[in-house]
Amino acid sequence: MNETCDKCDRPAEVHEIDPIQGTAIHLCREHAVQAGFDVPASSPMAGVLSGLGSMQIQVTTERRGPSACPGCGLEFARFRKTGLLGCPQCYDSFAAQLESIIPRSQNGATAHLGHVAHRTSDVADRQALRRSILEELERAVAAEQYERAATLRDRLQTLAADGGDAT
Amino acid sequence: MKLPDREPWFEAFGEHGDVVVSSRARLARNLTGFPFVNRASEEQRAEILRLVRSLPLCEHDDWRWLDLADLDRQGRRLLLERHLVSQEFIDHDAPRAVGIGHGERLSVMVNEEDHLRMQALVPGCDLAEAWRLVAALDGRLEQVADLAVHPRWGYLTACPTNIGTAVRFSVMAHLPALRLTNEVERLKRAAIALDVAVRGFYGEGSDSSGEFYQLSNQVTLGMSEVDLLERFSTEIVPRIVSYERMAREMLLDRNRLGLEDKVQRSLGLLRSARLLTAEEAMKNLSRLRLGTVVGLLDDVELGTIHRLFLAVQPAHLLREHPDAMPSPGGSGRDGEDARIREVRASIVRAALR
Repeated sequence: MNETCDKCDRPAEVHEIDPIQGTAIHLCREHAVQAGFDVPASSPMAGVLSGLGSMQIQVTTERRGPSACPGCGLEFARFRKTGLLGCPQCYDSFAAQLESIIPRSQNGATAHLGHVAHRTSDVADRQALRRSILEELERAVAAEQYERAATLRDRLQTLAADGGDAT
Repeated sequence: MKLPDREPWFEAFGEHGDVVVSSRARLARNLTGFPFVNRASEEQRAEILRLVRSLPLCEHDDWRWLDLADLDRQGRRLLLERHLVSQEFIDHDAPRAVGIGHGERLSVMVNEEDHLRMQALVPGCDLAEAWRLVAALDGRLEQVADLAVHPRWGYLTACPTNIGTAVRFSVMAHLPALRLTNEVERLKRAAIALDVAVRGFYGEGSDSSGEFYQLSNQVTLGMSEVDLLERFSTEIVPRIVSYERMAREMLLDRNRLGLEDKVQRSLGLLRSARLLTAEEAMKNLSRLRLGTVVGLLDDVELGTIHRLFLAVQPAHLLREHPDAMPSPGGSGRDGEDARIREVRASIVRAALR
């Protein structure tokens, strides 16, 4: 196989063939790790194989978990190809697959140990409020209702200044 | 587009300053209620952009937003040359903007791979300061925005290789001696074992122009931000710095005359050339920098070399010399136009006279 990586110009080292979906993926080492393939960090055989073009072929014959995320419609096969998930919900939709994929690219780590944003319903409410004010502002500007737009801008500023109640 | 003349990462030297020219801390954040950028519709991306721009993010007076749609090719390239945005960011026309403030130390890209990519970039080897600045920005963000976090995986990002802390620490390292001794490949192999990514001058997918390499942590999950910072600054950076210093000493020990010859040839070339490509300028300026930091050259200031590294880049050159702009339909390729090469050579000659 002499394919180049699906994501860059480097030669592909990992090839995944999925007979169920009839798809094939070709990735270089870096992008394969990103997409969650188990690529040995440095193989002692690399030198021996380099002349032949070292390769790793995985044939997927089983599927665990859903094939698409109900939140955004992303298909798991697409994630394999791009290395990108579609929405926060993907992490739960593809939990079974990600369970083994994430630790491979994270040096075996299986959970977050750092800072977590202190999420409160207050902040969530304010984000929702901000979105609706911004939407109204767009409409007001489009309709050339400049006075209303100015009032809405004031409300946004109040929301920003006290970090809280703008009603 | 107006940007200040000062380029923060070219000023200070300090500890490890012979090798590390700048330090960066970057955080990826996504908002709840939207898909990630790659699955968001144009309308959704426009709404994300409006929402983020309306947030009180930065306390610095010089904070401002630049909309990608308002920037021409040169303007975009200028931001890239200043390391304020990524190549990926300027390559797409989707609703995108970058916020810049605190003398360009802080920048926030909206709608790159994640909704927000926030970075602090400081001169010299000072990852702690970069982290302090970007963490303060994050602190303000989380007061006003509802961020996508997961009880187990921490901060959620489009690419699972960034989850958890979603922090990337990196240094821009000048490694000419490792390049001259053909040790860069070995460094790259060692870096994989240390979970360190080695990239080019402009980050992912770029080449090592001027023998500059960007080194960053690969792992973002399973360690706290402070532990990642500690490991990167006290284990990784000193190791790479000492590796480059060993190569420099080896070159001086084994073939001082050969190295001096290379450095002086580069100086001669830069002082005489009438046409210079960016690549040629970077390569020879890199040799001058090496000669200066190991003490083989004493009549060229390090600051002059650093300023030239930026001044020879196409967008910076054209900003100062708009008359060198290639005519539409001319050769057009960056840095290839004879007039640009001529201007570049004259800038370099004047600075090194």
